Amino acid sequence: MTVSQSAIPRVDAAPRPIRARLAMTVLSYGGLAVTTCLLAPLVGSTSISLSRAFDRSIPFADNIDAQIFFVARLPRVLAGALVGAALASAGVVLQALLRNPLATPFTLGVSAGAALGAMLAISFGTAVALGPLSPVPLASLAGASLAAAIVYALATKPGRPMSTSVLLLAGVTLNSFFSALILFVQYMADFAEVYRTVRWLMGDLDIGGLAPIAAVLPLVVTAFAIFAMLPSSLNLLSVGADIAATRGVDVARTQRLAFLSAALATSAAVALAGPIGFIGIVVPHLVRLMTGVDHRIALPASALFGAAFLVACDLVARTVLAPVEVPVGIVTAMIGGPFFLWLLVRKA
Amino acid sequence: MFLHLQQTSFQYEGRSFSLQGVTLAVERGSLTGLLGPNGCGKTTLLKLMAGVLHPHGGTVVFDGRSIATISRRELARHLAVVPQETHPAFDYTVLEMVLMGRHPHLGAFQLEGPDDLAIAYDALAATGTAHLAARSYMSLSGGEKQRVVIASALAQQPDVLLLDEPTASLDLAYQLEVAALLARLNRERGVTIVLATHDLNLAASLCHSLVLVRAGRVLAEGATRDVLTGAMIRQLYDVEADVRFHEASGHLTVVPIGRAQ
Repeated sequence: MTVSQSAIPRVDAAPRPIRARLAMTVLSYGGLAVTTCLLAPLVGSTSISLSRAFDRSIPFADNIDAQIFFVARLPRVLAGALVGAALASAGVVLQALLRNPLATPFTLGVSAGAALGAMLAISFGTAVALGPLSPVPLASLAGASLAAAIVYALATKPGRPMSTSVLLLAGVTLNSFFSALILFVQYMADFAEVYRTVRWLMGDLDIGGLAPIAAVLPLVVTAFAIFAMLPSSLNLLSVGADIAATRGVDVARTQRLAFLSAALATSAAVALAGPIGFIGIVVPHLVRLMTGVDHRIALPASALFGAAFLVACDLVARTVLAPVEVPVGIVTAMIGGPFFLWLLVRKA
Repeated sequence: MFLHLQQTSFQYEGRSFSLQGVTLAVERGSLTGLLGPNGCGKTTLLKLMAGVLHPHGGTVVFDGRSIATISRRELARHLAVVPQETHPAFDYTVLEMVLMGRHPHLGAFQLEGPDDLAIAYDALAATGTAHLAARSYMSLSGGEKQRVVIASALAQQPDVLLLDEPTASLDLAYQLEVAALLARLNRERGVTIVLATHDLNLAASLCHSLVLVRAGRVLAEGATRDVLTGAMIRQLYDVEADVRFHEASGHLTVVPIGRAQ
């Protein structure tokens, strides 16, 4: 029981201090993410026994349960967590950078660039492979980087804050331009290549092993290291560039870091699993409804919730029509699409 | 000289407007008004003083140092700005908005502590917005928003406060309230204040000194009672006005009569 004394300023109605909120957020959303990642590999079209999967006495070649767990499901769950966290965080960062709650990681043309790269690799695919990355992820990474570099070059002038309206318009325009190129290549390509491209565009977390994750991990880790430096500056940047500057934010530097880290995370995610839509917009909005809009809370919460959300969506994708798999991009879009429309209607 | 513009020039790309060799000085502890017609350069001057824009010629000197050599973070611990309007992209609470004023005092990964919270609540109390702390900023009225942004600037614990038309969107009662708040901050906390305004009566009642700006040049500069005259207002706005001392209010009042021929 608390006794209210009128002589003392009322602090009982005050919001919890940021430290406690951050700790609670990391614990609860982290718990959710970890639980999802632990449970998801156990569920699937084939039921497996965890004790048998970890039974060292059975040779790995003969242990079907271990093969399903370690080769098919675990890399897939880890990829889902990584991609979900990367896309959701990139969404949060770009929405603050562009001061536009409807921006997504794909607004900047990154996904279309990646898709063009993948399409070219599929259609004219030579055996160019770099380490564990096969030609398609490699080409999509190159395409994504190219798109990000073009948009960045258009929107920046030395020593000046970025023009967020140019950033937005250039991204949207580049998206259509690359889409037109993709359609052209598809028009010229044969049936099987078109099918492979379309399948790639739907997004797929079935990456067949841990090597591709290891290949993009440095990019994602770098992006997240930058994300960690940004939240309080993003708060101010989303209030306004001028006010952020007068509150002590180096606006040009923050904008550059925000753009580069978001582009890095998005490129890595798309190279790994294709352009999985709506994570970057649904998750930030859902999380803000639950945690409030302070980026110091909403950014880590979105990363963790994004991981859990995509792993869960992939679980649905694997099991809902088992033994047939639904591409995970379809599942996220089927949940994300209506939610996005509801947001738009609610805003109007 | 506390805040000093020396022969500063500035031109926006692709626009005809320019500031040409403006020199003006703001004394420590003063309360200065910037007056002038629309597009004369008031906001540009404020942005130059805040270091948000960089002059193409001349220098802006703050406390003996060129403002270009002071980091944003260090400057923000001494100088705060209240823009004309503030529209956050997300729906922050009032307390969150005010706590953002603590940003220049916190390290890169440092979260605000009890001291910062106390300073924020003090700023809320000083602006009469403590009861709004948990409210959403976007749901506030124009007057409340303006006072919250002033509170956020106060949380920076600045020596200098620059305000761009702080009363433009406010009704009469809030105009008086904000004016009283600024006078109190200046008197009790010694905050140096520079405000741009179109409200001549506000300037007359509040400001110790005035800077009149027209077409990117300083027309006149000095104590309010010396500068605020009918002749000056005619030169500044091409408007005939009756300026006289008002007994009940204790300051000059300006009644515009018509456009000068």
